[in-house]
Amino acid sequence: MSAPVLDVRGVVKTFGDTVVLRGVDLSVGEHQVVALIGGSGSGKSTLLRCASLLETVDDGQVLLDGEDVTDPRVDADAVRRRLGVVFQAYNLFPHMTVLDNVTLAPTVVHGRPKAEVQEEARAMLARMGLADKAGEYPDRLSGGQQQRVAIARALGVRPRVLLLDEITSALDPELVGEVLAVVREVAAQGMTILMATHEMGFARQVADTVAFLDGGVVLESGPPEQVLGDPVEERTRRFLARVIDAGRL
Amino acid sequence: MALRRRRRPRPQLTTVPPGGALPAPSPLELSRRAWRRRRARRSTLVALASTLLFAAVAYLVVTSAPGWPRVQATFFSPSVAWESLPEILSGLWLNLQVLVVGGLLVLVLGLLVALTRALRGPAFAPLRILATGYVDLFRGIPLIITLYLVGFGFPALGLQGMPTSPFVLGTVAIVLTYSAYVAEVFRAGIESVHPSQRAAARSLGLTHRQTMRIVVLPQAMRTVTPALLNDFVALQKDVGLISVLGAVDAVRSAQILVGQSFNFTPYVVAGLLFVLLAVPSARLADAVTARARRRQQSGGLL
Repeated sequence: MSAPVLDVRGVVKTFGDTVVLRGVDLSVGEHQVVALIGGSGSGKSTLLRCASLLETVDDGQVLLDGEDVTDPRVDADAVRRRLGVVFQAYNLFPHMTVLDNVTLAPTVVHGRPKAEVQEEARAMLARMGLADKAGEYPDRLSGGQQQRVAIARALGVRPRVLLLDEITSALDPELVGEVLAVVREVAAQGMTILMATHEMGFARQVADTVAFLDGGVVLESGPPEQVLGDPVEERTRRFLARVIDAGRL
Repeated sequence: MALRRRRRPRPQLTTVPPGGALPAPSPLELSRRAWRRRRARRSTLVALASTLLFAAVAYLVVTSAPGWPRVQATFFSPSVAWESLPEILSGLWLNLQVLVVGGLLVLVLGLLVALTRALRGPAFAPLRILATGYVDLFRGIPLIITLYLVGFGFPALGLQGMPTSPFVLGTVAIVLTYSAYVAEVFRAGIESVHPSQRAAARSLGLTHRQTMRIVVLPQAMRTVTPALLNDFVALQKDVGLISVLGAVDAVRSAQILVGQSFNFTPYVVAGLLFVLLAVPSARLADAVTARARRRQQSGGLL
């Protein structure tokens, strides 16, 4: 395997007295899909926020294409330009149309010609089944539609890696499928993805690696069949049992 | 130059968290912290140096002006300032009274107008139109004209029991103008509360009034407190305008003293006293705004 696109090394993150991450190691190779699983409060979102430089780490490093992006000397804006982030609550800009949401970063941040970006954005929205929604405002869309727009927005900047933070957790069960279908297609096209998720079935189908986060460290990681089917660690076993009880697997 | 936000010192881990204490920070992390500290120190020094430089240049330019000795004698005479202080202070006491009484009345009247404008349903249309007209009128008229109209117009009516004291009339004029502004601030706050909150409250069976009082207004108040404090700071200096009605407030006292001494220093003294009055409110407004921001954002870097 070539050098990882995203390499997390010994990342520590505390909030006051609470230690959320106590030395997380994780790497995501080119065209790889890594699924982060773990109980709520296990630090999945915090890890993604550290990777997207929305939080400073308290120790350890995050490398993006071999560059230490946790070095305070790097231009964080320049790093974020190479990342795509999709949030649990969509975070679309409510005062802009769907098309403007998607074309904002490519035009304003990357300075690409508007006509070209719009054409590309329309094509992308069409692939996601949102061709007729380009002129709508986000509040008029369903959660699943909004989340698909958010994915389109994140992909609009052609990121090196796509970070997905529990993107289906706020959705009705019947809308989860349409969003996951989009992620599946994006993964199939070779996008490098790190996703925090509660959808074990989806992780099993799409992920190359599943990492179980517990007690602030990656307790166990490996191919989905192994981690989800025959976990080594007792805690992983117990976590999966709880998930199965809840009917999510 | 904007000061960098200081990193809060990391709290000491007094209790050992589950999973044991963290190992000591790595050399890499220590070097990062050292770098950030150096950066913060450098930013502070640059800010300090540029401020001092600006002050020095401003001082030199002003004091080297040909008219400076004359300006210094007529505007910044320490002896005149000291002599005028007691009278201006006693005048300021009147301003403070107007401020406190007026401020409270403005809050009440402003809220009433805002609530009237927020009423729904065709039955309340006349009230709404009245409230809207009031706001349009008094936000549009310059305060000084309202002061003249109220201060000289009301007594001229010759009605039985009409107050003639410039203190009362001045307060009325200020309350009329400021209530219109504050009503709009309140209205913006009420409208900023998401409709889903109203839906939740009404579906629990709360009436319109209960919804406003218990659910909407408390949230609206939180949003508008910084804006209200801003209006309060503006009110603090505008109370000085009652001097045009002949009330002997700080401004009027200064005016009288200027007339007696042919020295403008009393104006400067009065101005400085108003600044002193405004500074605590301005800092309070800053603090409240910062607190609201911290409460609404869940941390992070941005």
